[in-house]
Amino acid sequence: MCRLALKTAQEAFSPYDILLAMEAMREGYDGSGLGLLLRGVRFTDYSYKEKDPILCGIAHTETALHRLDAFMRDAGFELKYDHEFTTDLAVLEAKDRHKFLARVYRLPDSWGAYTPDRRELEFMRMRLALRQDGEEHGGDLTVFSFWPDVVMIKEVGWPLEVGNALGLQENRILARVVMAQGRQNTNWGINLYACHPFFIQGVATMTNGENTAFVPIRDWLMGTHFPGYIGYQSDSEVFTHILHYTLKQLKLPLEAYKHVITPLKTEELDRHPQGPFLKGLRDACRRLIIDGPNCVMGSLPDETCLLVMDHKKLRPATIGGRPGEWAMASEICGIDAMIPDRERSLDFQPMREHTVIVPPDRKEYQIWSQFNPFPLPQAA
Amino acid sequence: MVPIQSVPSSPSSLTPGDLPWIIQHREDRCTLCGRCTAVCPVQAIHLAYRRQRIPNLGIGSGNLGNSYRTFTGIRQRTEPANRCIGCGMCAMVCPNEAICPVPNPGDARVRFHMNQGGDAWKRGGRRNDTSSLLDRIIFTRISMLTDPALDAGRHEFMLNTVLGRILPPEEFLKRHASGEWIPPTREIFPFIIGSMSFGALSPNMWLGLLQGVAYLNEVLKIPVVMATGEGGCPPWILKSPFLKYIILQIASGYFGWDEIIRAIPDMQCDPAAIEIKYGQGAKPGDGGLLMWFKVSKLIARLRGVPEGVDLPSPPVHQTLYSIEESVMKMIQTMSMAWGFRVPVYPKISGSTSAKAVLNNLVRNPYAGGLLIDGVDGGTGAAYNVSMDAMGHPIASNIRECYLDLCAQGKQNEIPLFAAGGIGKNGNVAQNGMALVMLGASGVHIGKYIMQAAAGCLGNERNRCNVCNIGLCPKGITSQNPKLYRRLDPDQVAQRVVDIFLSIRTEMKKIMAPLGRSQSLPIGMSDAIGIDNKDAADRLNIRYIC
Repeated sequence: MCRLALKTAQEAFSPYDILLAMEAMREGYDGSGLGLLLRGVRFTDYSYKEKDPILCGIAHTETALHRLDAFMRDAGFELKYDHEFTTDLAVLEAKDRHKFLARVYRLPDSWGAYTPDRRELEFMRMRLALRQDGEEHGGDLTVFSFWPDVVMIKEVGWPLEVGNALGLQENRILARVVMAQGRQNTNWGINLYACHPFFIQGVATMTNGENTAFVPIRDWLMGTHFPGYIGYQSDSEVFTHILHYTLKQLKLPLEAYKHVITPLKTEELDRHPQGPFLKGLRDACRRLIIDGPNCVMGSLPDETCLLVMDHKKLRPATIGGRPGEWAMASEICGIDAMIPDRERSLDFQPMREHTVIVPPDRKEYQIWSQFNPFPLPQAA
Repeated sequence: MVPIQSVPSSPSSLTPGDLPWIIQHREDRCTLCGRCTAVCPVQAIHLAYRRQRIPNLGIGSGNLGNSYRTFTGIRQRTEPANRCIGCGMCAMVCPNEAICPVPNPGDARVRFHMNQGGDAWKRGGRRNDTSSLLDRIIFTRISMLTDPALDAGRHEFMLNTVLGRILPPEEFLKRHASGEWIPPTREIFPFIIGSMSFGALSPNMWLGLLQGVAYLNEVLKIPVVMATGEGGCPPWILKSPFLKYIILQIASGYFGWDEIIRAIPDMQCDPAAIEIKYGQGAKPGDGGLLMWFKVSKLIARLRGVPEGVDLPSPPVHQTLYSIEESVMKMIQTMSMAWGFRVPVYPKISGSTSAKAVLNNLVRNPYAGGLLIDGVDGGTGAAYNVSMDAMGHPIASNIRECYLDLCAQGKQNEIPLFAAGGIGKNGNVAQNGMALVMLGASGVHIGKYIMQAAAGCLGNERNRCNVCNIGLCPKGITSQNPKLYRRLDPDQVAQRVVDIFLSIRTEMKKIMAPLGRSQSLPIGMSDAIGIDNKDAADRLNIRYIC
């Protein structure tokens, strides 16, 4: 079973701390891989500006690296910083890793005229084009993200060993939000793209458990023909895409996510102040209803973090911490490891109707219930 | 050689061995009570005096000769019209188990003589094909590790489906914000009692079904709905609060629609939906048929026709020249009649052209779904050739339509409903759920309901199948009070409730091991497999062996 850990803090911290929390949760889990997502990034070797996009992935050969360079140059991107991981490739299980990428680029001047929506679309198109290029060349290039202020790392192997192999213990990269997931998707065959967290246009989630409604959801998302709704090497990728669809396509608030993936029952909606609207939303988004057991943790571009359960709540997760610093984990020992001196009275395990939201100010977390009135004028 | 004149032989002369069912009668048990001959719906048997010669063979005794015994016995008629239909009512009424029909394992030559007077063979019932592809689909994706199997008995399951047009989410939000019309939907149980008309069914059968449906909804809170078929709906139902459980069908004969339109101002609630019948699986390309035997005074009044005449509906809706225009105008007209508050959807027969109809509906913003009735659908009356040889099996038809919708991203907008052969061998929940996982939002069941709720004697081996001539021995499809009073509506209602409770349990027993409980697993094709490679390829599901 996957182990999930997420920490968000006002002060940037080392992702290695989170790997130690993963180690604390090691009991009863196969530790077959590591997926890391960092936001609010700081490089100790470089003064990073948050608007600059960071390209993350793995070049498996020198040729792929050259192709990548040519692609970025042709697109008008200037390389500003190439983070050199202190890698010890011999430690890694996989033997075809040439270079782990975390490269900061300067936007082309022509992008200055783009609207934010256009810019987000172009970032995604470039990522998809690079991914396709890698796939067309025998998988010699893997791209996880291309987005401002986001670093992603995915690798096969025991999480702490992967961290050591990439020199994360040297604390040369720090972040205010770190999401970590500790398992390759063993259900569908080893594939780096199948490893959580999943990322699309700034939206990222990771999940444990199995989503048995995967195929109908995937079929529906692919039917939208949105260019980023591809992949699906893991059944959990749909959670990210549903969140993206809810926020970016439907432009609904974060609170709507839970109403989409686990709508209330008819008899509950009959008593809800915005029942008719929510019933309509449930029917319209019916093919996006998930079937857990799942715990979903996510983060958004403004560093908002969230935690939700599926309806059955067979994968409990906890949030704990103190003002300014919060941690979510699939096991309480993970919280203990991430924030040892937290206020335990603030620990909370969400139930099936809850969405836990940690806003960017991180002063306190909010518990949003589906039974609450929905905060949208159109629902009135 | 015997002179030819003395052999009673004509081209259609038959012996019991030429008939599909042969009466076995045990004289030693018969009490000559006469119940079997009285109950036989087709007068296939009669009491006859018989004489038996007993030769005296006392050689040498001087007492040679014959003595004769006269006795009364049962004799089977061999005329095609009186052939035994195998209903078995004789066995049901016999106090001594002295009589029963047995299927003829040999060559039932009567098949060649079912066109006496040049009238091609008409019958009711089913296709007479025991094979079922749906029976062969099994559920292979069992949850065990990362997703534990659920507890069918204790867990909470969302089993209902949605009938009616559903907007794309973006469009729904836009219309909701601007207060525009949002198409009506109904949350219903995915097993629907399919269209069987008031006329095809007896009043008692109809009453029993409706009682059962009302109990399921009002007491057990299982939102089962039933469809009327073409024959209209009794006014007392139209004006009752139970109308909300009824799907009213309009078909090419428009029977009963005067009464329905007139009742609109007095309706306490809206009907569940309006079904526009363009075709049915049992007799594709053919209109409805109520034969004169069944057009009683009550039926004549309901349908607005004279008593005792054949009521053949035209194969198409006559007022309009193309199906596109017909579908569009009829759907809009029906929607308007109820103030756009009632889902309206067409029913078509399974066909290679189903996808064309579907694509037309996708572009019609008022279409509330599509019901496709496959070749194994049943009927009260049809030509034998239509039933046996016309149509398209439902599984590949529904799958093709669903995948077509998926490619367009419209699979949530137009719910597909499947009918035709669901539960033909008794596996109703399994068949229905297999179709759901192939992409149907729900299924309509007709024959299964008749068999399970009312004890219909028909089967896929040409048993009974005389629904068309009003002689239903169980009183299910007869308009003769002497026959339909055999059927107690209360008992039918009880059986309807039994059926839906057990379907609900079996649905859970299917969904729980698949780890599904939060929504009906529509299109969950990763969960099913079939042991035939060609069928698996055609249905785009897993081949298992």
